[in-house]
Amino acid sequence: MSTAAIEAHDDFPTPTAPREHYLNVNYGVKSWLLTTDHKRIALLYLTSITLFFFLGGFFAVLIRLELMTPAGDLVQSETYNKLFTMHGLIMIFFFLIPSIPAVLGNFLVPMMIGARDLAFPRLNLLSWYIYVLGGLFTLCAAVFGGVDTGWTFYTPYSTTYANSNVMLTAVGVFITGFSSILTGLNFIVTIHTMRAPGLTWFRLPLFIWAHYATSLIMILGTPVLAITLVLVALERGLHIGIFDPALGGDPVLFQHLFWFYSHPAVYIMILPAMDVISELITCFSRKRVFGYSFIAFSSVAIAVLGFFVWGHHMFVSSQSVYAGLVFSILSFLVAIPSAIKVFNWTATLYKGSVSYETPMLYAFGFIGLFTIGGLTGLFLASLGLDVHVHGTYFVVAHFHYIMVGGAIMAYLGGVHFWWPKMTGRMYPEGWARLGALIIFIGFNLTFFPQFILGYLGMPRRYHMYPPEFQILNVLSSAGASILGLGYLIPMVYFLWSLRYGAVASANPWQAKGLEWQTPSPRPTGNFPETPIGTEEAYNYAPQEAEVV
Amino acid sequence: MQPEFALFPEKASTLAARVDALYYFLIAVSGFFATLIFLLVIYFAVKYRRRSATEQPQPIEGDLRLELLWTILPFGLAMIMFGWGANLYFSASRAPSDALNLYVVGKQWMWKIQHPEGRREINELHVPVGQPVKLTMTSEDVIHSFFIPAFRMKMDVVPGRYTTTWFEATKAGEYHLFCAEYCGTKHSQMIGRIVVMEPVQYEQWLKNGNGTASMLGEAPEVAGARLFQEQRCVTCHGADVGGVKLGPSLIGLFGKTVQLQSGESVTADEGYIRESILNPMAKLVAGYQPIMPTYQGQIDEEGLLQLIAYIRSPGKTAEPAGETRAEQ
Repeated sequence: MSTAAIEAHDDFPTPTAPREHYLNVNYGVKSWLLTTDHKRIALLYLTSITLFFFLGGFFAVLIRLELMTPAGDLVQSETYNKLFTMHGLIMIFFFLIPSIPAVLGNFLVPMMIGARDLAFPRLNLLSWYIYVLGGLFTLCAAVFGGVDTGWTFYTPYSTTYANSNVMLTAVGVFITGFSSILTGLNFIVTIHTMRAPGLTWFRLPLFIWAHYATSLIMILGTPVLAITLVLVALERGLHIGIFDPALGGDPVLFQHLFWFYSHPAVYIMILPAMDVISELITCFSRKRVFGYSFIAFSSVAIAVLGFFVWGHHMFVSSQSVYAGLVFSILSFLVAIPSAIKVFNWTATLYKGSVSYETPMLYAFGFIGLFTIGGLTGLFLASLGLDVHVHGTYFVVAHFHYIMVGGAIMAYLGGVHFWWPKMTGRMYPEGWARLGALIIFIGFNLTFFPQFILGYLGMPRRYHMYPPEFQILNVLSSAGASILGLGYLIPMVYFLWSLRYGAVASANPWQAKGLEWQTPSPRPTGNFPETPIGTEEAYNYAPQEAEVV
Repeated sequence: MQPEFALFPEKASTLAARVDALYYFLIAVSGFFATLIFLLVIYFAVKYRRRSATEQPQPIEGDLRLELLWTILPFGLAMIMFGWGANLYFSASRAPSDALNLYVVGKQWMWKIQHPEGRREINELHVPVGQPVKLTMTSEDVIHSFFIPAFRMKMDVVPGRYTTTWFEATKAGEYHLFCAEYCGTKHSQMIGRIVVMEPVQYEQWLKNGNGTASMLGEAPEVAGARLFQEQRCVTCHGADVGGVKLGPSLIGLFGKTVQLQSGESVTADEGYIRESILNPMAKLVAGYQPIMPTYQGQIDEEGLLQLIAYIRSPGKTAEPAGETRAEQ
């Protein structure tokens, strides 16, 4: 199905009405479910993760409703515990981890490096099927009674004491992990072997650097999670003593194994987000990125250092005090590359030509929220202070600032930015700006009070709480209702735009980057002929730019 | 207890003010950088806003001096935070030698605490002002975490091992005790109160117990001494009365260095004694045969703590020998 699209290049640069592209090249369920086109697979992911996002969001709404009053009056404790467990599991494994890599990365990595597709198109499709299968297992676990271990599966609670669907959920997460491994593998091979001639490493968009770094984490970290889940299953199913001290195991060993994956997993979520921001800021300030190589190597530094900080989740776990010292200092070190990125984005705006289209508003929002999220990470890396705030709402607020304020803002900014390229339609700018503003306000109102709650001592995962925490919890719930509304707005206008949106030109933002150099939507094979890389990324300069 | 609304929790331990000082420092540094970034972004976004659709600014490559500045400056500040936090962590992990020893056992979903004098409490902890208190804790089931926000103190309570922490209360009053590690259905009800009293009132309370006389148990070392007899520990570990000594003497053992069969040596702390009771083969003492049976499943967590209290008690030197003779 991919060869036909080569003809499309005759239409460029002024597409006429019935031009053939990846969306209209063929129709029917089969043409989508058996596609090997990375762009169609990206849309399959987009659809499925959006469903999971709203499901996870629905659980969050119930949690915030329950927490409006100190008493446990909306649901039972058991139900509440299942709600926050399912919220965490779905948002992390089925939304955040695949979000930017599997949707935007899938769509853009081949285009940005001038390739026709990923290195292994069928493996790419298999990744999506594995993801869906894992998702179905987890959904079954939810439907058949839920799971109440928290997304962290801490032992021996998960292996010996929990009476919920731990096995089914663990199988779901185990399976989905392979989807992540295959996507990472595909990206690494693609970036190594399929760059267009002349497109050297330092001419690549930073988005590619970030996806390379992310892929390293995916293929090195995810197997450890898989092994850990197998060990949990062995202990739970066959009573082989690994983690439960009553069977001769060590419960803290589980935490080491779990966080060895799950801390780097945070970087799976935030690294690609960071360099979506690099793309947005350069385009909407029409400037070359400030300190290209510093941003690029920061991604690599974060990916590498990120593997050596897991013990900062365990400062009060009975881990040795000296191990705590090492993990603390490494956690401070991993903060430095993030700081470098933020400073460089800010400097990119200097003497630029800044415009305020929706993707840029999300980028501004990202810088603000990620800065707060990153700085509060320092509080948690400080040993003596972490003892107090560990396991409280301070941690909840911190990681939501990173994952929602950071990763989701960047994801939404990216989806707006590349929406014309994906669908050939423009979204309505006015509504989109309003949506971005509502999300930003709602987010801060939801999560800022949680920092204060956490320092006051409110533990996370509490169904009931002392009455003096109520005011801040009500503020947080009020914010959540605004945030929830904010997320519905893009949902509505994106769907609307598919039919009624203005037809997008090849390059509506006058952006650099190979993905903008062919019509919207792209033809199936991406490029009529192999492009040649002749210039740096983000080569915004006064002279008439040459189009490759 | 707490006022209706507050931004900062009460300070009621020697550690609290020190943790807060670091917190304020971090707020100041973070506040400075966050404000700097926000203002720069807003300023640049407004000042350099796009004025015409075809506008194209000059590109700027980057600046090594700036890169170094915003690498080294955050690094230096981060190292200050690291050192400060590490210092606090050390203080929080090392109990003073004159601390009062209390034992805490967590289980789904309650806290059981025993005072050296024998007084037991559930979901409550009474302590005197100005006296360091060391907690030795374990769990009967899953992982819990002992958290007193007003003391800025938290430590996981882990099954199969002892964890320790300490505090010194500075202000009489009642404070929250929370379980801070998710432990199942009633996690949020695994809470209690810490009652800090003036020393005189504390003494009083220890003796007459505010009406709850049933909780006035015997001292843990007395209960431990009885267990020592009942479980027949005394047969092998009793004083050497001329015959062959089957097990090492436990007199004055606590805190000493023990030579092991393997050539290694360990300090006889709570964890070592506990392990030697439940899994005697794990660390064999040099010069003894591996003949001790395991007591796994025969002595519960509280019993283990009582045995340890007995072994570490000063009276241990003379009594068991006498009792052994009496029995024989």
